[in-house]
Amino acid sequence: MLAWYQNLPLWVTALPMLGALLLLFVPNTQRRTFELGALAITVADFLLSVPLWFQYQSSDAVQWVTRIPWIPSIGVNFHIGMDGISLVLFLLTTFIGFISVWCSFTAIEERHKEYYIWILVMQFTMLGVFICQDMFLFYLFWELMLVPMYFLIAIWGGPQKLYAAIKLFLYTLAGSVLMLVAILAIYFLQHKTTGTYSFGIAEFQAMAPAIAKQSLTFQILLCLAFFIGFAIKVPMFPFHTWLPDAHVQAPTAGSVILAGILLKMGTYGFVRFLLPIVPEATKLLMPWFLALTLIGVIYGALVAMIQKDIKKLVAYSSVSHLGLCMLGIFALNPNGIMGGMFQMINHGISTSALFLLVGIVYERRHTRMIADYSGLSKQMPVYATIFMIMTMSSIGLPGLNGFIGEFAILQGAFQAQPWWAVAATSGIILGAAYMLWLYQRVMFGPLDSASVHMKDLNAREIAYFAPLVAAAFWIGLYPKPLMDRLEKPIAKLVTQVDPGFFERERLEKVQAEARRMGMKAMEAPAHAAPGAAGHAPEAHAAVPKGGH
Amino acid sequence: MKLAWLIPILPLLGCAFSGLLGRRLGKLATAVVSVGVVFAAFLVALATFFAMKAAPGQRLDLLYGTWMAVGTPGTPGALSVPFGLVVDPLSGTMMLVVTGIGALIHLYSVGYMWEEEGFARYFSYLNLFVFFMLTLVLGSSLPLLFVGWEGVGLCSYLLIGYYFETDYAPDAGLKAFLTNRVGDLGMAVGMMALFAHFGTLTVGDILAQAGHLSPETSFGILGFATLMLFVGATGKSAQIPLYVWLPDAMAGPTPVSALIHAATMVTAGIFLLCRMAPLFLLSPVTMNVVAWTGAATALFAATIGLVQRDIKKVLAYSTVSQLGYMFLGLGAAGFAAGFFHVFTHAWFKALLFLGAGSVIHALHHEQDLFRMGGLKDKLPITFWTMLIATLAIMGLPPFSGFFSKDEILYLAFLKSPWLWAIGVVGACCTAFYMWRLMALTFWGEPRDHHAFEHAHESPWQMTLPLGILALGSALGGFLGVPEAFGGHFAIGKFLEPALTFGQTHGAHGGHHAGPAVLLAVISTGLGLAAALAGFFLYKDGLARAEALAARVPGLHLVLLNKYFVDEAIEGYLLRPFRWFGNLLWKLGDVILIDGVGVNLPGALTRVAGDFVSLLQTGRVRNYALGMGFGILALAWIFLK
Repeated sequence: MLAWYQNLPLWVTALPMLGALLLLFVPNTQRRTFELGALAITVADFLLSVPLWFQYQSSDAVQWVTRIPWIPSIGVNFHIGMDGISLVLFLLTTFIGFISVWCSFTAIEERHKEYYIWILVMQFTMLGVFICQDMFLFYLFWELMLVPMYFLIAIWGGPQKLYAAIKLFLYTLAGSVLMLVAILAIYFLQHKTTGTYSFGIAEFQAMAPAIAKQSLTFQILLCLAFFIGFAIKVPMFPFHTWLPDAHVQAPTAGSVILAGILLKMGTYGFVRFLLPIVPEATKLLMPWFLALTLIGVIYGALVAMIQKDIKKLVAYSSVSHLGLCMLGIFALNPNGIMGGMFQMINHGISTSALFLLVGIVYERRHTRMIADYSGLSKQMPVYATIFMIMTMSSIGLPGLNGFIGEFAILQGAFQAQPWWAVAATSGIILGAAYMLWLYQRVMFGPLDSASVHMKDLNAREIAYFAPLVAAAFWIGLYPKPLMDRLEKPIAKLVTQVDPGFFERERLEKVQAEARRMGMKAMEAPAHAAPGAAGHAPEAHAAVPKGGH
Repeated sequence: MKLAWLIPILPLLGCAFSGLLGRRLGKLATAVVSVGVVFAAFLVALATFFAMKAAPGQRLDLLYGTWMAVGTPGTPGALSVPFGLVVDPLSGTMMLVVTGIGALIHLYSVGYMWEEEGFARYFSYLNLFVFFMLTLVLGSSLPLLFVGWEGVGLCSYLLIGYYFETDYAPDAGLKAFLTNRVGDLGMAVGMMALFAHFGTLTVGDILAQAGHLSPETSFGILGFATLMLFVGATGKSAQIPLYVWLPDAMAGPTPVSALIHAATMVTAGIFLLCRMAPLFLLSPVTMNVVAWTGAATALFAATIGLVQRDIKKVLAYSTVSQLGYMFLGLGAAGFAAGFFHVFTHAWFKALLFLGAGSVIHALHHEQDLFRMGGLKDKLPITFWTMLIATLAIMGLPPFSGFFSKDEILYLAFLKSPWLWAIGVVGACCTAFYMWRLMALTFWGEPRDHHAFEHAHESPWQMTLPLGILALGSALGGFLGVPEAFGGHFAIGKFLEPALTFGQTHGAHGGHHAGPAVLLAVISTGLGLAAALAGFFLYKDGLARAEALAARVPGLHLVLLNKYFVDEAIEGYLLRPFRWFGNLLWKLGDVILIDGVGVNLPGALTRVAGDFVSLLQTGRVRNYALGMGFGILALAWIFLK
């Protein structure tokens, strides 16, 4: 048995649920207790999760493993653990978790008890998804996740909350059921080939060669089932229409969780399941997937540009940004996938912040229409500054987090196929257009008469923006620690998808080196007396690049 | 000189100070700190510069750690970007220009902006700009350079939109940012291509590898990469077709126009090309594109400048045009000449803008040339310093502009006489519009008597920078007297190691005096004639010019409306985009995906459910009838 501090993921996951159970016993009327209690629980949860960052061993192995047989007759284990990819999303969840509670204090005016309990349950299920190493368990959390989100939207949402909540529920349910079919198909295939029943994710991934031997139709159906399941969650074009509705109707915290974490379930699913389990069919269908991805990037941006509702604009920007994320993942090389992972985290930070920012003005004036605001930066300078930072982060200004992700994605996409990268840049240009145009219309110009009494951010609001701003700068300025944690799992993933990748790259490099050496030998006389400036970089080039 | 990191960091600290504490501590503290940090950065830069000159190979490679790392270093496909600074003659000169002229303009701003409410915000942005500009200049790798590149774009956006409560300033800022974004992504793609080819993004490593390559004979990967980098340069340095933002950028405060939109940021494109010069020399196709784009822009912008009424707009188009000359020089393989023009231009164009600012300040924010006049005696310091700048920009020997521009035109002539001819016509336009500007501002009768009465010379914080810049404008050219005029083109020799990176091919050899002197005489003579024309046409007011314009109304209208480029962009680019976005939303999302794909099945389900629920009538006889039919059906099936 592991000591508790060696098994932190389990406790971090369980804590919100335990907290929720505790809050059940508090009487309905104690509003302050729910607010502070939920905040205390989520902050504690975040603090408890921080040591994971340092406990993590740089390797591609699954760590913090607990494996207990649960339903042995069908091969289900209570099997949890995380690798680097799960870890960063897990930490993102605890990070966004306490912020989403903190921002709700004034926004939620009714049924506080239920609200905070649902938020805690939500966090429990999301954390659960990231620690699962067993498909059965994973599917359980994946589906459970819908329930609290459904209630968050359907009870505390806007005027069309029921439509939005049901749409969200049915849409994702349709996807999950397809995924369930795929899971079962592999499960039975596994029994046929190996004679055992198991839901272990590692075992599923090990099935990839066996799946590749099946008929093409089987493979493609399997691939599509996973694809649609995850694509709805991301959401990718054309499965995205639930997202603007859900975002617009959801309360601020709901939007924050939705954008910050829930959408990442889809991209995480691609990285964890689709790519390693059915790599061959994925590569076969890749042109179609990529077409949808690129359409999503540009479509989302164009539609975002003409939105009149700030929240809807940000929602459509998510479609575009996650399209970029998928582009990186589909590049199937380390740079692209690294970029995709960064994009997930960056989107979690900057889009959550943007939803929080919308929530701030909505709480004060009860409208989200762009046309209702003008010249706010005069009235609310702190708000304007944070909005500017997050706008810049969202459009990928270097020095802030967004840039690192976009840069690596484009780098990876260009390596895979230059034209993808060139096409995706148009989405990035449009991204700057709609965000800055939004900023200009809301923040600049003369102050509108209805906003003259708007208050700037109070201490609580500044306090929950501060961690987001800090994270944006940290990732933008010093992304290396994060890259260190992701690097090995990503390399493993690339090998799973494309076993020859690194070998091929190495050969290419050796050949290039050989060509260069050959030319050097020929040019030796000309180079015997190099210009003074030549020497320093020469020495530099002799050491393989990046070895500082 | 490990301390070189202080050069960019000092202004950053200044930015943080003004931004966080400026409003609380008052204007004087803000001014002292903001000007002080840039001046201190200048001193450190000076020390670093001399350390670099003494260093072996005139190059300091300073490494402070790793910024980004994907993949194990050394393994293929791994991306590793260091935090590193490079000080060599190129970046060294540029950093002195940025901090030196930057410090002067900061000082000037104290006087110019003293009455403004957003004083601290202004200086915070201006310091931030200096930080990013220095990052751009000193960064040892393309991504770091790109950080500066986009950062200066951000500061430019913020400062153009400084008067954010107006309508026009935010619009201009948005236009600048987006136009630059187009260029920036071109540059990003160029970086991707270079990484795909060289496996590194550190400038030194790329150039060292490029040294082993021979020039491309057709349009290959290097051609593509360099062309994309040039696309980036056209955005930042306002070349056709991405020049449209710069004239609008004049919506910002005038010192900003001087520092960012004349002296430093807009020359970043030229700096980039110089930095990657060996690579460009390997791509003849790109070099041709650079030369012709530069020449076209030089002439095109100069013709628009002929008829503008806003004093800052004239100078803005002049800047676009001068940047065109720089690219013309680069395209003609004269990297040193092009960069020399960056250097001299920084002095005289900053001076012209600050002078214009002084005039605007004196006339209480009047920018219309047609409402000025007769200010010669009212603003003597402004007048005399601007006169020197005018002589420098029109290229009258021995003022600084002559030497740099002449060298560019000469190299252009060697590449193609047509390029030279375009350049000379452009130079004539330059002389004309500059003397038109001078005549309208300082000579003739005052056309707005009220403003004229209240005009007064600016305070010392503003006139001192004018004087220093005038000195530089007058004498700066002697740093690079071309060989044709008995000099040694010293600045070219000094820059050479940085520009050729230890390689010899393609670099420009010595040239002969014969045609050079003749060409210079021709272009200077024509320029003088144009200057006189401009002066006498406007010296006594607008009557003569209006008569001239009436004789060519069509041409005048086209020039006055800047060839209707902005209207075309709005009509043929922006409107279709918005229309298309709307179409996608209304047709794609609302009708097709949501309507047909989602809500229709939902509605069908409901209708079907409603229909089927009709069967549940609750009457026993209906159910009995159903049962009866069921029994009959079963009987028929089994007994058949």
